[in-house]
Amino acid sequence: MTYWRVPLDLNEIKIPHGEPRIIIKRCKGCGFCVEYCPRDVLEMSTEFNRKGYHYPEVILEDACVNCNLCEMICPEFAIFCIETKSKHPESDEVLRRKDKS
Amino acid sequence: MSKEKQPLTDTLHIPEPEDELTHPMKDYLRSERLPHIWCSTCGIGTVITAFITGLEKSKLEKEKVAVVSGIGCSGRAAGYIRLDSFHTTHGRAIPFATGLALGNPELKVAIISGDGDLTAIGGNHFIHAARRNMNLTIICINNFNYAMTGGQAGPTTPLKANASTAPYGCYEYPFSLPFLAESSGAVFVARWTSLHVRRLAKSISEALLKPGFSFIEVISPCPTLYARRNRLGTGLDLMKFYHDNAVIKHGADTSQVDIKYQESIIVGKFVDKDKPTFFESRNNFLKDRLGNHFIPYKGPEKI
Ligand SMILES: Cc1ncc(C[n+]2csc(CCOP(=O)(O)OP(=O)(O)O)c2C)c(N)n1
Ligand code: SF4
Ligand code: SF4
Ligand code: SF4
Ligand SMILES: [Mg+2]
Repeated sequence: MTYWRVPLDLNEIKIPHGEPRIIIKRCKGCGFCVEYCPRDVLEMSTEFNRKGYHYPEVILEDACVNCNLCEMICPEFAIFCIETKSKHPESDEVLRRKDKS
Repeated sequence: MSKEKQPLTDTLHIPEPEDELTHPMKDYLRSERLPHIWCSTCGIGTVITAFITGLEKSKLEKEKVAVVSGIGCSGRAAGYIRLDSFHTTHGRAIPFATGLALGNPELKVAIISGDGDLTAIGGNHFIHAARRNMNLTIICINNFNYAMTGGQAGPTTPLKANASTAPYGCYEYPFSLPFLAESSGAVFVARWTSLHVRRLAKSISEALLKPGFSFIEVISPCPTLYARRNRLGTGLDLMKFYHDNAVIKHGADTSQVDIKYQESIIVGKFVDKDKPTFFESRNNFLKDRLGNHFIPYKGPEKI
């Protein structure tokens, strides 16, 4: 996102953080979560689960904004997200810079 | 360990996460029955998540909600939801649910079932429950075919689409379910796809709180039969198709929302109107006719 002007409350806005949890054995590798995560937090693993499906793994831990879309769209009840405090205080800044690039 | 018995790769070791017990929907799921039977990339599971989310949003008490399904892949829904739930015979979800609603007017009865179950073999029940404005919420998972029995053409299969009983393409006109529901008397009619999870959940919560007959059609991918026979790819490809081709038109005229094979799909909340429910009509009418002789039935404990 590029702003046409800097929002007045930019410094007060808190970007929520989340941590996706994946129930590997339930996953059937549909890829919905990977496709629709707005932050590209997930990627399909090259590993297989017990049933022979690839499952998602977290590749951009700090980018998750706890929007729960992965949880909503998963047809297998195999992924959800919990709210966390930012592990790296500067990660909001990282996110903003990522947006601008 | 002998050499042959050693795991081939380290991928055979799978960590068991305890996370299963912390899944936010665990109270609404029969977790012991998971993983469910639905194919990879099938959209039915997502509709269940939307239902649970909508139910939570509606703040209805769990004890006052029942779920009824018929037979079919979609009809398996009732078996995975931890509420009072019933897996009835093919086509008979609505009469069973009508009985539940009549016997306990305080109960909110939701039906989750397939297009074939609800509008082919169960079609007559569907139009009459809508006509009576019975207190029911119907969620119809429309995958354009009889999936469980092998992908036969049904009343929602679009013209030209291939099905196992229509190998050269379907030449029968399909039902437009929102039009059928509204013209039969439904007071709430919406259509979404499996992709529109948040909007679907919102519609479900509204429908659950709406007195009378509410109907939600959910267009959902069946990768194994419908998509495979029509070479449409996986469920993910169909989700992408919905993304590019669904047009949101709230309040659209239901006579104009027909679905044509692989063309744009009009979605949204089409109808939301007020009309006395079956119970209100009955009670008011009989009160008027019989005066004090009429004692309205209020439920099993209140006779
Ligand atoms: C009385 C009766 N007739 C036929 C069947 C066979 N049958 C089982 S499921 C089904 C169709 C289900 O289609 P739909 O409701 O669209 O569900 P889907 O599998 O597509 O989700 C049929 C015809 C049956 N079980 N009982
Ligand atoms: S909660 Fe949202 S941002 Fe986080 S992984 Fe899931 S879809 Fe991505
Ligand atoms: S949406 Fe669910 S089933 Fe599909 S890949 Fe992601 S975790 Fe697995
Ligand atoms: S056959 Fe089709 S509708 Fe049935 S579970 Fe498989 S993908 Fe879903
Ligand atoms: Mg069907």
